[in-house]
Amino acid sequence: MKKLNLSKNVKDNIITYGIVIVAYLIIQALISAGSLSSLIQGLLVPLCVYVILAVSLNLTVGILGELSLGHAGFMCVGAFTGAFFSRCMEDVITIAPVRFILALIIGAVCAGVIGFLIGMPVLRLRGDYLAIVTLAFGEIIKNVVNVLYIGKDSKGFHFSMKDSISLGLETDGDVIINGAQGITGTPKDSNFTIGVILIIITLFIVLNLIHSRDGRAIMSIRDNLIAAESIGINITRYKLMAFSISAALAGVAGVLYSHNLNSLMATPKNFGYNMSIMILVFVVLGGIGNIRGSMIAAVVLTLLPELLRGLNNYRMLIYAIVLIVMMLFNWSPKLIELRKRFSIKRMIGKSKEV
Amino acid sequence: MKKFKKVTSLLLVAVMTMAMLAGCGGSGEKAGESTSEAVSESSNSATEGNASAAAGETFKIGAIGPATGGAAVYGLAVKNGADLAIKEINAAGGINGYQVEYNFQDDECDNEKSVNAYNTLKDWGMQMLVGTTTSGCCIAVAAESSNDNMFQITPSGSSVDCIKGNDNVYQVCFTDPNQGIAAAQYIGGNAVASKVAVIYDSSDVYSSGIYEKFAAEAANQSFEIVSAEAFTADNKTDFSVQLQKAKDAGAELVFLPIYYTEASLILTQANSMGFTPKFFGCDGLDGILNVENFDASLAEGVMLLTPFAADAQDDATKSFVSAYEAAYGETPNQFAADAYDAVYIVKAAVEKSGATPADSIFDICDKLKTAMADISVDGLTGEAMSWDEDGAVNKAPKAMQIVNGNYSLIQ
Amino acid sequence: MSFISYLINGISLGSVYAIIALGYTMVYGIAKMLNFAHGDVIMVGGFTIFFAVSMQGLPPALGILLAIILCTVLGITIEYIAYRPLRQAASSLAVLITAIGVSYLLQNLALLIFGANTKAFTSVVNVPAIKLADGQINISGETIVTIISCIVIMIGLTLFVNKTKAGQAMLAVSEDKGAAQLMGINVNATISLTFAIGSALAAIAGMLLCSAYPSLTPYTGSMPGIKAFVAAVFGGIGSIPGALIGGIVLGIIEILSKAYISSQMADAIVFMVLIIVLLVKPTGILGKKIQEKV
Repeated sequence: MKKLNLSKNVKDNIITYGIVIVAYLIIQALISAGSLSSLIQGLLVPLCVYVILAVSLNLTVGILGELSLGHAGFMCVGAFTGAFFSRCMEDVITIAPVRFILALIIGAVCAGVIGFLIGMPVLRLRGDYLAIVTLAFGEIIKNVVNVLYIGKDSKGFHFSMKDSISLGLETDGDVIINGAQGITGTPKDSNFTIGVILIIITLFIVLNLIHSRDGRAIMSIRDNLIAAESIGINITRYKLMAFSISAALAGVAGVLYSHNLNSLMATPKNFGYNMSIMILVFVVLGGIGNIRGSMIAAVVLTLLPELLRGLNNYRMLIYAIVLIVMMLFNWSPKLIELRKRFSIKRMIGKSKEV
Repeated sequence: MKKFKKVTSLLLVAVMTMAMLAGCGGSGEKAGESTSEAVSESSNSATEGNASAAAGETFKIGAIGPATGGAAVYGLAVKNGADLAIKEINAAGGINGYQVEYNFQDDECDNEKSVNAYNTLKDWGMQMLVGTTTSGCCIAVAAESSNDNMFQITPSGSSVDCIKGNDNVYQVCFTDPNQGIAAAQYIGGNAVASKVAVIYDSSDVYSSGIYEKFAAEAANQSFEIVSAEAFTADNKTDFSVQLQKAKDAGAELVFLPIYYTEASLILTQANSMGFTPKFFGCDGLDGILNVENFDASLAEGVMLLTPFAADAQDDATKSFVSAYEAAYGETPNQFAADAYDAVYIVKAAVEKSGATPADSIFDICDKLKTAMADISVDGLTGEAMSWDEDGAVNKAPKAMQIVNGNYSLIQ
Repeated sequence: MSFISYLINGISLGSVYAIIALGYTMVYGIAKMLNFAHGDVIMVGGFTIFFAVSMQGLPPALGILLAIILCTVLGITIEYIAYRPLRQAASSLAVLITAIGVSYLLQNLALLIFGANTKAFTSVVNVPAIKLADGQINISGETIVTIISCIVIMIGLTLFVNKTKAGQAMLAVSEDKGAAQLMGINVNATISLTFAIGSALAAIAGMLLCSAYPSLTPYTGSMPGIKAFVAAVFGGIGSIPGALIGGIVLGIIEILSKAYISSQMADAIVFMVLIIVLLVKPTGILGKKIQEKV
């Protein structure tokens, strides 16, 4: 029985990777055939960003079973540290892929460390209280980034929390992070291929974690905290593990995001609670704990407003209605029985019969 | 079997939505096309006898700005302002005899969405871009348009970074540093006040950009900044602290490098506190008198450096305002005027350069770049506007004061 | 002296948060859902009064009544269409997401109907301000009315919940829906009633929010809505007096941190204090400690 389960997992993972690779190949073929509009081509990297975010949040919400509304904050940390590194090293490291990989590592590590530091005190809160605290941290990160000024000149780095004048830069100085004006001139190192590779790495990390001993421990915490504790599972350790990995992956998405745009600013729109909620929408719509579902939901919901552009003023109205209808359809009580009777993992396992 | 149902239902939802969307998108596009055809048809009839217009070749001008979200008021003004100018141009026979097609895309004031909007317009066949409305988005889009060598003129993206390093991007509005320095020099030069307080939006590019240059220039002027307090996008309903600090510091003048939406609240709250300094603002403050139901007496005496005032008495402004009110049912603000001017600047540059719709986007841009250096345009937002190499506009700022509920020019 | 006036400003701001938080906490306490659309129902209330009073010239009292009726109907409708089908859903998150969808829907509807231009709301409160110490300290009429309304609503709600049959039914539903149903309580009707009351409170909050801060856009409700949610959590979500205390405390912290620490960092400081409070007292100031069952 155990052997069968394992092979199911493996097959299931192969399907998930397969979808990503097939989608990549189809899109590459379309690009080389020249039949892809500039809109879709421009959306490819953002799609990768949102897919990574959805998968990584699913680790917290679906696998760990804790509600986090601060995911955009970790993305923000990754975006700013990665872009800051690239801007500083633009002249030193001229090989773009090397610089980008380093930026990715730095972004992921910083976001992961912040996630760890935040997770340590707050993960003992539960449910809606944890949600509000993570929301609060997300807002704090955004707020701090907005008043952060870092400049560089011949004497080294200067730092201020007030304004760029108080940096006291020499005349040759360059303000890299300019408060609300953010970072301008980040090299455009992101591209679709790197994005897809990062999705696959993310999937690899998350899927392997789920199917590992640690993953089962994490899921046991989700299913029954007290029972898990009673059999000697170190709750804090596993919660922190899932939370920091999730944060680090959000940081990766942030680096990808910041290297796709010339100007990076922390606005309520891109790094505020609105974005955190948007990522949560991907996860919930795709099925909590269902990695493949959240990938599909991220793609559908990112494309949706763009494809609705023809509707002009009614665009966002229709978007809202479609969102409500999809939610009702996906979560209607008729499906509850199914969800209760079959665990998520088994459901994914069976889907290969389709 | 049940699992099968579950999975298929999920897939079905995805497929159905996609199909529905594709359908919607398609029909929407068609609707858009048909209206533009209708426009060009009707204007064709107006310019009957013009051979080149009948050939069906048209210039395609795109515009970008927020049409939804908190900044929608600015984007919608740009949308309407440009729309009005293009309708007028088409009715008068187009640019060099070519009709103009127009398409506006929403960017929700988000950099990423703005690039999406730009790509949508590129797919539509845009040859010239009037946009984007907001500075942050403009920087992101300018990087893209610079790669494509697409001619871009932003009505209101006032950050220096919009034009820095992008020789294809031009501005209709003043740059932020320019405004901050001009405001400081005006206050100092005319000895308006000796103690100045500043209230600015530290989370906004435009506002913090002006504030920084204002503060830097203030060091060279005869007045002193006694308090500089910020607010953020998430915290812009209550200004009692900022006003209290200004009051306690004995400020005679409060400098507001912010948009009028927040300024109207500041004026109301200052009034209820019994704090009555002079208020001084930049172009973002224009529009304050048009806030529906606003008690204009609160804005009495407010001074602002703005290139445009909706109740100026010159003929161009009067006819623009009445046409705009008739078409869109509201009084135009400075964003609408900037967009209106931007379209006419494009027209002037095209006429000067002799570009035709048949040229490639690349050629149009190169021709227009050459032409931009030579033209001088009289618009609503400035007389004899001309452009430097870097894309910044040269025009004189006007200092206005609100007197008896109307703008009047301070000489 | 300036400290006292900051404190009063904090109380004025806090009283507005409190009145919004009362509606939030009411719905959360009974229906156990975070109604993210609450802030937007407030906006609808504001626009209704603006439309009735400023555009149609109706007397303010009639405008407020109209807003209350409209918001109540809206609240019941939203609950019926968007929330009820998901009440039995496997995850409570599903209904949270639909609430976000409803919030987008209301914002964009208002944008299409009223346009993006800011509207200046004429205060419907007709109470003179109290000036103390030679006008150094100024308590506006809006603040007085808001605080009085908060207290009246708080007492009214507490009495309603504890003394009436319908209120007892609400308590029963909030404890255990299944058991309540077995006792012959109509769960659907009770939750509809909760939303009706919550939305009527939103209309009143809309009136007071817009009177105190007279600027009305389709997005007016969303940020105060989130702040009020924070306030409700602060005071212990689900607790009616907690909402009042949470709101006032939040308002005071916000104003004092702007005044004495940094106006740029006020949001960060408010959220930091919230986190510290929750870490010390994980269910808020007046929240009940939940005993976990094994």
